[in-house]
Amino acid sequence: MSKTHVTTTINGEPAEFLAEAGLSLLDALRDEVGLTGTKEGCGSGDCGACSVIVDDRLVCACLVLAVEAEGATIQTIEGVATGDTLHPLQRKFIEHAALQCGFCTPGFLVAAKSLLEKNNNPTETEVRFWLAGNLCRCTGYDKIVRAVMDAAAEMRGA
Amino acid sequence: MSGLSYTAPSTISEAVSLLANASGLAKVLSGGTDLLVQMKSGRLKPALIVDTKKIPGMIGIREIDGAFVIGAATSGALMGEHAGLVAAWPGVVEATNLIGSTQVQGRASLAGNLCNASPGADSPPAMIAAGAIAVIAGPAGTREVPVEAIVTAPGRTSLAKGEFITEFRLPKKPARSGDAYLRFIPRTEMDIAVVGCAIAVTLDANGVCIAAKVALGAVAPTQLVVAGAAAALIGNKLTDAVLAKLDAECQAVCKPITDKRGTIEYRTKVAGVLARRVAAIAFQRAGA
Repeated sequence: MSKTHVTTTINGEPAEFLAEAGLSLLDALRDEVGLTGTKEGCGSGDCGACSVIVDDRLVCACLVLAVEAEGATIQTIEGVATGDTLHPLQRKFIEHAALQCGFCTPGFLVAAKSLLEKNNNPTETEVRFWLAGNLCRCTGYDKIVRAVMDAAAEMRGA
Repeated sequence: MSGLSYTAPSTISEAVSLLANASGLAKVLSGGTDLLVQMKSGRLKPALIVDTKKIPGMIGIREIDGAFVIGAATSGALMGEHAGLVAAWPGVVEATNLIGSTQVQGRASLAGNLCNASPGADSPPAMIAAGAIAVIAGPAGTREVPVEAIVTAPGRTSLAKGEFITEFRLPKKPARSGDAYLRFIPRTEMDIAVVGCAIAVTLDANGVCIAAKVALGAVAPTQLVVAGAAAALIGNKLTDAVLAKLDAECQAVCKPITDKRGTIEYRTKVAGVLARRVAAIAFQRAGA
């Protein structure tokens, strides 16, 4: 089967890869582009571990075909920090111990970043509903929600 | 997935031709939140995927003289962000926005939710109650059918080879009208309906119902239009006796299955209870 040449922008940089028709964006990011921060949990859109932002829209990379990403602007966990400077969400996740095994963390961070870009002052309920598609089996979610609320407050300058 | 081809045509006629002339299984791709899962599990092995999102009009919402045209591949997220649509047809939007997570909302479409033909789908009952029309393109041209004419059985639709839905049309909402959708699930988020119920009503100046449409999901192989329940509402205000009749009419048409989400008896009972609650919201939105 012939592969399609896909041209995208990933974390602000031009990125190209070859994709077979059935390849998921998740597998393309991990195996073709080498960005392994985006994790595969369920592979069926239930767990949110592969959350990425495609053209300003939060999606599961496992539910997007790589060939659909032609011309798209993609943000992954690798683009959340600025060089060695952590994003406030990343610092707050560490401060609040909002992770244990860490497998779900990239997805939570990307999803939370997407929320705060749309709503810089979410209520706890809004945070919980927004993140309902991100599953964590370690933390019980409270620390994650607190970290997101705290990061939002800091980013607002509160 | 060897042997799979992907194509993203830029016109409706090109997409029809690709679907009509495909030698193996050809699937339309909108948001992909069902299709990609079914391909991954091996349940579906398409030879061709036709991505319709590059066709102008397939994504987006247009308001024309109070009526709405929604591109078939429009995501739930876009619908929820459209203030005019939310104000006119809140039931349709709340049903669509119940599908999956934030991530799924970013991709999942009305056409996909309908054509996946799951008995438990959330948006079809609301679209049916609202009187939505599906516009279908195919080798013989374009045809328009009510949304309730699309799903024929679990996983099956009335679309012929080469046909796909290009847009949905929601009528201009009459004065003193309201629609609503509720689904029952055992959790607060991220589950599939045990029962879904949508009701759209129009009232007269005295608050008496003059038009109604009631649709149920997850209680039969397809969504049900409950004519008896609508008849129970028309000519009446929402009294206890009318609610009891509505409840009974909804229970009477249920033909559910027993599965891990609920028994036949439970689903039937819940259908009546949900109908009462949905009617109250729809009447309130209509200004009762």
